[in-house]
Amino acid sequence: MTLASAFFYLFAGIAVASAFMVIAAKNPVHSVLYLILAFFNAAGLFLLLGAEFLAMILVVVYVGAVAVLFLFVVMMLDVDFAELREGFLQYLPIGGLVGIIVLVELVLVVGSWAVAPSAPQAIAERTPTDITNAEALGRVLYTDYLLFFQLSGLILLVAMIGAIVLTLRHKEGVKRQNIAAQVARTKAAGLSLHDVKPGQGL
Amino acid sequence: MLQEAWTSWLWPLLLMVLQSALVLVLLLVFIAFYLLADRKIWAAVQLRRGPNVVGPFGLFQSFADLLKFVLKEPVIPSGANKGVFLLAPLVTAVLALAAWAVIPFQEGWVIADINVGVLYIFAISSLGVYGIIMGGWSSNSKYPFLGALRSAAQMVSYEVSLGFVIISVLLIVGSLNLSDIVRAQDTPYGALGWYWLPLFPMFVIFFISALAETNRPPFDLPEAESELVAGFAVEYSSTPYLLFMLGEYVAIMGMCSLTAILFMGGWLSPIPFAPFTWVPGVIWFLLKVSLVFFMIAMVKAFVPRYRYDQLMRLGWKVFLPISLAMVVITAAVLHFTGWGA
Repeated sequence: MTLASAFFYLFAGIAVASAFMVIAAKNPVHSVLYLILAFFNAAGLFLLLGAEFLAMILVVVYVGAVAVLFLFVVMMLDVDFAELREGFLQYLPIGGLVGIIVLVELVLVVGSWAVAPSAPQAIAERTPTDITNAEALGRVLYTDYLLFFQLSGLILLVAMIGAIVLTLRHKEGVKRQNIAAQVARTKAAGLSLHDVKPGQGL
Repeated sequence: MLQEAWTSWLWPLLLMVLQSALVLVLLLVFIAFYLLADRKIWAAVQLRRGPNVVGPFGLFQSFADLLKFVLKEPVIPSGANKGVFLLAPLVTAVLALAAWAVIPFQEGWVIADINVGVLYIFAISSLGVYGIIMGGWSSNSKYPFLGALRSAAQMVSYEVSLGFVIISVLLIVGSLNLSDIVRAQDTPYGALGWYWLPLFPMFVIFFISALAETNRPPFDLPEAESELVAGFAVEYSSTPYLLFMLGEYVAIMGMCSLTAILFMGGWLSPIPFAPFTWVPGVIWFLLKVSLVFFMIAMVKAFVPRYRYDQLMRLGWKVFLPISLAMVVITAAVLHFTGWGA
């Protein structure tokens, strides 16, 4: 048993256990925290495979950004879980049916999985040690898959703009700070001197 | 069998543990004095003396504080989510310390010389927000929760521009390894060949984003004492609070050393000829880290705290477009002039 396999069993064991706890935990915030632990261990598995770039990106994107938003939303929800559990048996048949359908679909997808003809050869070849992970990924992404890469970027951009357009609302009557106007204010525009005569007022 | 196991992995593992312990101990000792320096600088700007009672010039103040924190009784609120409440400061401290595994102190002086060093630091620092969110939520109290929400939004916002700054440095270097980044700045021009000069706008953005990322003033909204008492740390006392504070300062030091590596040539001498190049690189590195830390301490002393909407505006409407444009400009310059490649 080498160090690598010891770490594999450690990461894999924690990943499976925490994935189970995501659905078993009573408190939704605990669920999200277990989900984060599962992501983290998946990154550890990537590291063991030598895919260090993917591991770091997984942590940056999923753990550092996506899960923060999950946690943000779940923390703000005031969910009463005793209430949610009340109808458990009542909804079990229909929920179970949906679960079985999803399971069957997954099995069908995995069953008809087609492997690219060049894949076995690529796996059999030795991993090149002279170029780094990031470089290798870049070479593939910006040559063979350039169109898909650009398209996925465009789709994400459109989705982002859509989300902003849906939520952006300029309320009337709200005081807003206009920094450019503040900076552009001069002494002449902001100040006026009045010579008030005694006993007269303005 | 045993011999083979010893040479193949047991000895390297032991060596790594020893190196990590050495870095940990030295780092904590340095943090104790940087913490004192922070308070002294702050005091000097306000014409006070600062801590001056414990030891000569108050040099042992941080150790006295440590003893006080450790010996006090930890109070855990009855409504708190106990496990998460105690886990949160641990997460903060451990993550902040973990980033030091890839920091090169001198040529070859690094615990883990990995190829994705910059990304590793970026990933670890993006996790720092969890300690604060967990602490704020599990305290089950209003002010900590508000502090946690603020900090989550703030750290996610500034991470974006921080990432773009790092990308523009990486474009020039062509490597994600931190030691390679320092070696790429090794030019005959000394301090003028480091990246702070060609990438000056990015250097400024990185410095300010680092302040926001580590919740330092003027961006210390998560713990704004005038409105949120102490933000996410309201319910914390004794050792858990100590861990939060320690994690914060370790993260600040981490950001200082990252600034030194990315923009100020890491362990390189600023004047690239004889008497100066004899000085060990680790001394130069320490001096640069101290310089950045001094700037951070001065900012705390004389910049008023930002309002929350100003903070968000600065992050999303000022830094993000500028850093995005600078990435494009850097890439274009590199492409058309053929530098860097």
